[in-house]
Amino acid sequence: MNIHEYQAKEVLRGFGVPVPRGEICCHPAAAREAARNLGPGPYVVKAQIHAGGRGKGGGVKVVKTLDEVKKAAAAMLGMQLVTHQTGPAGKKVRRVYVEEGCRIARELYVGMLLDRALSRVTLMASPEGGVDIEEVAATAPEKIFREVIDPGVGLGAFQARRLALRLGLEKKQLGPAAAFFQNLYRAFVDKDCSLVEINPLVVTEEGALLALDAKLNFDDNALFRHPDIRALRDFDEEDDNEIDASEYDLSYISLDGNIGCMVNGAGLAMATMDIIQLSGGAPANFLDVGGGASREKVTAAFKIILKDPKVKGILVNIFGGIMKCDIIAQGIIDAVHEVRLGLPLVVRLEGTNVNKGKELLQESGLNIIAAAGMTDAAEKIVAAVAAERNEA
Amino acid sequence: MSILVNKDTKVITQGITGAHGLFHTVAALEYGTEVVAGVTPGKAGTDVQGVPVFDTVAAAVKATGANASVIYVPPPFAADAIMEAVDAELPLVVCITEGIPVLDMVKVKHYMKGRKTRLIGPNCPGIITPGECKIGIMPGYIHKPGPVGVISRSGTLTYEGVWQLTSRGVGQSTCIGLGGDPVNGTSFVDALALFEEDPATEAVLLMGEIGGSAEEEAARFIRDHMSKPVAAFIAGMTAPSGKRMGHAGAIISGGRGTAAEKIAVLEECGVKVARSPADMAAVLLSVYKS
Repeated sequence: MNIHEYQAKEVLRGFGVPVPRGEICCHPAAAREAARNLGPGPYVVKAQIHAGGRGKGGGVKVVKTLDEVKKAAAAMLGMQLVTHQTGPAGKKVRRVYVEEGCRIARELYVGMLLDRALSRVTLMASPEGGVDIEEVAATAPEKIFREVIDPGVGLGAFQARRLALRLGLEKKQLGPAAAFFQNLYRAFVDKDCSLVEINPLVVTEEGALLALDAKLNFDDNALFRHPDIRALRDFDEEDDNEIDASEYDLSYISLDGNIGCMVNGAGLAMATMDIIQLSGGAPANFLDVGGGASREKVTAAFKIILKDPKVKGILVNIFGGIMKCDIIAQGIIDAVHEVRLGLPLVVRLEGTNVNKGKELLQESGLNIIAAAGMTDAAEKIVAAVAAERNEA
Repeated sequence: MSILVNKDTKVITQGITGAHGLFHTVAALEYGTEVVAGVTPGKAGTDVQGVPVFDTVAAAVKATGANASVIYVPPPFAADAIMEAVDAELPLVVCITEGIPVLDMVKVKHYMKGRKTRLIGPNCPGIITPGECKIGIMPGYIHKPGPVGVISRSGTLTYEGVWQLTSRGVGQSTCIGLGGDPVNGTSFVDALALFEEDPATEAVLLMGEIGGSAEEEAARFIRDHMSKPVAAFIAGMTAPSGKRMGHAGAIISGGRGTAAEKIAVLEECGVKVARSPADMAAVLLSVYKS
């Protein structure tokens, strides 16, 4: 789960991580008022969307006066902000964060995430802050320093100091920097983060450390023990269909193609998308109905797939293991009736009671195209969608 | 022969009185697996389908001589269940549970350092040696005893690969689902090393997916240490970057962990990779029989 920058800063503030003072606003007038409360300028007005690269798209403005704050907020609120992470449609700006400005001497990068190969949390830092860290990794990997954290003892003070020294921080900053990194790790563990990114961490001209930007992602599997974090979820930032799917415990990701897929199991679902593409089509979604594909789940899955106007045909690929194919076939038949499916539907069943399942589909009198294997299924749905298009 | 489990494996089910634990214990018994005990705290003295239930793993091991455990405990308690089994010094622990917090697994891995238990999973279908021992949720009948070792990060995709083999009359020595989580117990490299040592395994089918670098590590291991032929398939050629594809570990992050990258490394290391999931068995047979 992702949260906004202003929420991330609030979480980090609770762990003693220094962040600029600021206020979240939905109206230009409120933004002006927020700036007045902060005291003398300069101020920074920042559009709040779940995407990076906001500055380049006009989503971050540094201004001096209260009227300029109001003007910048008015320009941002309601705009479709396009960044390299939003896609061409951009994301609507519903809130701006008004912060106190600071005088920047240095910009550093700090990130924390799981190293999958080591099964440990790793702290990364670089003196090249304020730019895309993936670019640094590609062009100057020697400028990224890492500390692997022992889960038994946490981030050692010596590790935090070592990192601070490598970043070239001054003597008087070593203590504060070590505390900064250790507090960041406490936040990571206490809130079950999957990613923490401070880019940039700035050193001000006065020599203080400040998290100028903050990005926190959380482990979805751990949200059950963090009601405070769950409350920060912003549904406006998520795909409507993905929200609906999560309510039915279906795993759904929308894609750009026109062939909807419903599959049991994540690996098989990805493989099904792949074979559609190999057959000359394009998948409209990833959808894993899970192991126990009940009638309710299958119906919900069809409804979610059909809400996508791009979908011109559906491929169902089920490998019935514990779940029997005849029960799944009945679920598909019921769901087709309930949603009054008018698009081509190809069904490939394999596994337990497969013959009974196929018989049920055949006897249903519905226009369901049976497929004998994954290749056959993919080719049939691609052909059916192409035929529909030619008729139209 | 086989790896890790065989007809002499004595299994306990942790979480045996829950719906999943009960259902799959019955299925394992029907397959012929020797399920000797169950564990549910507070339910000692009862039994499930004739299988005695104990309060602790240690008590179950002491009473029955079990040497493996399978875990169907819900996610908030699953990490603790794994550590209890490790503490009881079981040689093999298979965790089926999906949805365990990643940092819980980081702790588990740390706890397991220097101990003798091998963990398979979590978030996996389990392990089966066809005709001898089934530990997990896979349908038993799709398997057939034979010479091919199967390893995968997935559930139903594994069944697909196994079924393609069985349908062609090719059986399996042992099939292992490593699980779809970013932190797990047994890696591709671990399983490949075991298959290389196993005289009954003559070839290996490896099914990977996007995310992480386990397939790349496997590729280099195959190049440097495997004498037996290996064929592979990588799911997620069409997966977009930055999105979690069902499995917690199936995510392309920062442009790394793509299917194209994994396929390239596997092929550089001399592993034949099926482009279509329908061709997994065919490609395996092309390297195995030739």
